[in-house]
Amino acid sequence: MSEIEHPKPGIDWETRAYWEGAKRHELILQRCSSCAAIQHRPRALCVSCFADTIEYFRASGRGSVYSYTITHQNQSPGFRNATPYVLAWVELEEGVRLLSNIVGCSPDKVRIGMPIEVDFADIDGEVAIPRFRPR
Amino acid sequence: MSISPKTVIAGAYEHPTRWAPDKTPWQIMAESARGALNDCGLELSDVDGLFTAGIEIGSMAVMQLAEYLNLKPRYLDGTNLGGSSFVAHVAHASAAIHAGLCSVALITYGSTAASNAMAIGTGGGSGQDAASGMISPYGLTTVGGYALCAQRHMEMYGTRSEDLAEIAVTTRRHAGLNPAAKMRTPITIDDVLSSRIISTPLHLLDCCITSDGGGALIITSAERAHDLKQKPVSVLGSGEAIWHPQIGNADLLELAAAQSGEQAFRQSGITPSEIDFCTIYDSFTITVLMTLENLGFCKAGEGASFVRDGRIGLGGELPINPDGGGLSSNHPGMRGVFLVIEAVRQLRGDCKGRQVDDARLGLVHGTGGLLSAFHSGATLILGNET
Ligand SMILES: [Zn+2]
Repeated sequence: MSEIEHPKPGIDWETRAYWEGAKRHELILQRCSSCAAIQHRPRALCVSCFADTIEYFRASGRGSVYSYTITHQNQSPGFRNATPYVLAWVELEEGVRLLSNIVGCSPDKVRIGMPIEVDFADIDGEVAIPRFRPR
Repeated sequence: MSISPKTVIAGAYEHPTRWAPDKTPWQIMAESARGALNDCGLELSDVDGLFTAGIEIGSMAVMQLAEYLNLKPRYLDGTNLGGSSFVAHVAHASAAIHAGLCSVALITYGSTAASNAMAIGTGGGSGQDAASGMISPYGLTTVGGYALCAQRHMEMYGTRSEDLAEIAVTTRRHAGLNPAAKMRTPITIDDVLSSRIISTPLHLLDCCITSDGGGALIITSAERAHDLKQKPVSVLGSGEAIWHPQIGNADLLELAAAQSGEQAFRQSGITPSEIDFCTIYDSFTITVLMTLENLGFCKAGEGASFVRDGRIGLGGELPINPDGGGLSSNHPGMRGVFLVIEAVRQLRGDCKGRQVDDARLGLVHGTGGLLSAFHSGATLILGNET
């Protein structure tokens, strides 16, 4: 078993702030300054009030495991030699849920509700992928 | 009342193949169309509405199909909601017929997913557009998406692997009664639990099989169906919906089925307790259990006790997937069309060894896409009294 080799994400101008934040090892979320809604994934306008008043802020990076699965079979490059690995829905303290991997502990130690914090994997100095580890 | 009280499923045909390295998807679609037209006694030249979708056949599949069949329909629908597409197509065809936009609709599907060795369950998409970029770095597989829901369900409600296995065992028993099913050897709960883990908590035998295959349906008005060969099956209600992560507030236990089912029941004026049997998309055992909850056959969290004690088996209170479903009969990439075909066969009383007693009302529910990433649900309520 080896580490996951994360495929590089596609990036466009709507997700650039998120990925530039990740490169600085900051987890970035969007908040609307008109209605205070937080939204993820990033997009050009607030879909709660349809205003253009999107701001970015650095999230705490702390959260808990909302659900997880230990993946034993995945044929695709980057993952086929990394099984078993943990795929999880992570619930951030800010209330947002996102998909990620849990690293830094044995897969069989992962539990729903487990406290976790963000951890970044640098790829070729170009981009960094947010994952989570126990805290 | 139904949106389309006068539309019926007049013809239905399931292609017998489960392994077709010698056929193309287009050929399977065409052979299935021929089968469904023969079934009801209509000709290809009667078809003026055409519906299809697929995984490996491109985004303009319905145009390519029209060319293949040398048809110039006046109504075309290539809506692709994943595996539920063909269930939604029945509703779309009903609406189009009701609106006078076409009179005989052909819905057809064909796939060589298995002989082309598509890694449907554990391939893991790595799409490079920015939207999928939020997911693609993490190794989400199809099985993994459903497994995330299963794990959450177990945590919240105490659902056990044994409960999910009950669904696989029952479905395999049904497949044993269907000569066309691919996997017919009976299995036990222990067989499911001792099969290898694909993505916790789902085992190999919690997952649908892969096969080649296809099927077709003919939808028309009750008036037109009156002197055709088969007893028509009425479309009494329909609904479709999608679920997505809701700008970051995803609830993994809520399915599109809650919305599509509610609409179909309301439209038909029928309640869950009146339904005699269901065909439910069984990509995985958890899909069936959560779909039953979301359609309102039981409350959230009660799925595990609902599927016990033979309730969902033939002879039980609510038989599910009498043909053996995707878990045991066939699963060529997208399975929605077979859900409708089996419901039609049951409502005609044509199912010999696996016939649901006194089947009058059937519910069909298709799920497409990926639970916990985004998925679709399409529900139909069908009846045999016109
Ligand atoms: Zn707003």
